[in-house]
Amino acid sequence: MAMTTRQRARLSKLIQIVVFFGVILAVVLQVDWKVLSEQFFAFDKLGPIFPDLLTIGLKNTVYYTAISFAFGLTLGLLLALMKMATFAPYRWFATGFIEFFRGIPAILVLITFGYGVPTAFPGTSWPQPVIVMVSLGLVSAAYIAETLRAGLQAVPKGQIEAARSLGMPAWRAMVTIVIPQAFKIVLPPLTNEIILLTKDSSLAFILGATAAQYEMTKFGRDGIASLGAGITPLIVAGALYLVITIPLSLIARKFESRSARTKR
Amino acid sequence: MTDNTNTPGTFKASGVDIRGLHKSYGDNEVLRGIDLEVKPGEVVCLIGPSGSGKSTLLRCVNLLEQPNAGTIHVGGFDATDLDVNLDKMRQKVGMVFQQFNLFPHLTVMQNCTVAQTKVLKRPAAKARAVASTNLGRVGLGDFGDRFPDQLSGGQQQRVAIARALSMDPTLMLFDEPTSALDPETVGEVLAIMRSLAKAGMTMLVVTHEMSFAKEVADRVIFMDGGVVVEQGPAKDVIGNPQQPRTQDFLKRVLDPTHVEIAE
Ligand SMILES: Nc1ncnc2c1ncn2[C@@H]1O[C@H](COP(=O)(O)OP(=O)(O)OP(=O)(O)O)[C@@H](O)[C@H]1O
Ligand SMILES: [Mg+2]
Repeated sequence: MAMTTRQRARLSKLIQIVVFFGVILAVVLQVDWKVLSEQFFAFDKLGPIFPDLLTIGLKNTVYYTAISFAFGLTLGLLLALMKMATFAPYRWFATGFIEFFRGIPAILVLITFGYGVPTAFPGTSWPQPVIVMVSLGLVSAAYIAETLRAGLQAVPKGQIEAARSLGMPAWRAMVTIVIPQAFKIVLPPLTNEIILLTKDSSLAFILGATAAQYEMTKFGRDGIASLGAGITPLIVAGALYLVITIPLSLIARKFESRSARTKR
Repeated sequence: MTDNTNTPGTFKASGVDIRGLHKSYGDNEVLRGIDLEVKPGEVVCLIGPSGSGKSTLLRCVNLLEQPNAGTIHVGGFDATDLDVNLDKMRQKVGMVFQQFNLFPHLTVMQNCTVAQTKVLKRPAAKARAVASTNLGRVGLGDFGDRFPDQLSGGQQQRVAIARALSMDPTLMLFDEPTSALDPETVGEVLAIMRSLAKAGMTMLVVTHEMSFAKEVADRVIFMDGGVVVEQGPAKDVIGNPQQPRTQDFLKRVLDPTHVEIAE
């Protein structure tokens, strides 16, 4: 059957519309809306969880994330510089660290510190927030190190040569010429790293914690048991994660388009 | 205008003296014993086929590349002495690259002041005054607030020259400064270099612009295969070359439509 290009385009569009809305309709018809709303959207029963979910949970999530990131960024920069060092043992150490912490699940690091440290060093006990921030900091340092190294190495060699030719010592060329340019390159991936950390801070729920140390996921899980609102507390916690992460990802995208524009 | 700032027509000069220079990359011996002298105030053009080691030689002069053997004296500095302060030496040696290498995150003015303030520790106002003088000299006095990517290639290369001049160098190295330019902007960069030469700047220039070399150079050096094949006054080396390799090279450069492809 012969069709013109225009007819073929129309037909293709029609098929896409039918499939898209057909699938949605089929799902909507299958769902048991009554049970769903009792289990997922029983917002009226959430009273007891507020305002603590916000004043303690949200606050702790942001706080754990921020400190972990600051720690990860500092350690990550150190590792990135070690990985580029001329002294080989520095490179070996950085490579080993990075491969190790990128290769194991963050939850294992948390458990190791949470239960391992008190076992290995009887009498020492780290508060739960410290365990969370150290563990997540170590893991994110491994990722951040690779991001920073890639960013530093993405600055063309000619930039360093021009700086050195003007009499700048190597450290000055690094600080004044290379790092500011690398910073623009790594802003989007670093923003993504903060998003990942925000979500990973939820792993804190597996550690014993005092009420003041709860973050959002812990509130959500406790709420499931105590409120009789199904998993509604987790739905609300999830929405709060999005309140943090979506603006971050919009910022990352803005950085991306801006650096794309200034680059020749 | 203070005493330690170059003003048009007055440049302090220092020469270059290279003896027995060897440089290898792995098994590839790129420079095979170069002897080369540039006297203070002299303009020397370095010509030769691609891969003959011209860039490598130039980069050895300010130790962007580490020579394997030989000595290099620049001004009062022994560049190959491990105890020499290379940063101090490089302050006196301006380098202009084929790809400009302007700092893209800094304005034109900042490109010209950053090393003055951070390296020479000049006060900001003084650095800006020096930069303005040199931007004016290259015809870009009004472009200080622009960023490099807002300039044409020719303008960027002129900024790169102003940036180097702002350190008050006593010697300028140029590595094919017009090779990356659109043909219509080559002239403006050559004009700046011509005026620098006239003002007494000591210059070592790698170039494929034979008419420029003929007009401006006090001496032309032809390099091939990592050695100096022929050198002398421009009119001799370019106008009446003695060595077959030089004759062959010039024939190809001056008349590129008649290249014979070797088997
Ligand atoms: N960093 C490096 N590592 C390895 N080999 C190199 C390096 N730089 C240059 N070479 C080699 O050294 C030789 C000379 O290179 P050089 O750039 O000095 O030549 P040139 O005369 O400047 O050529 P052109 O006119 O193409 O710029 C070439 O064979 C090149 O492949
Ligand atoms: Mg070259």
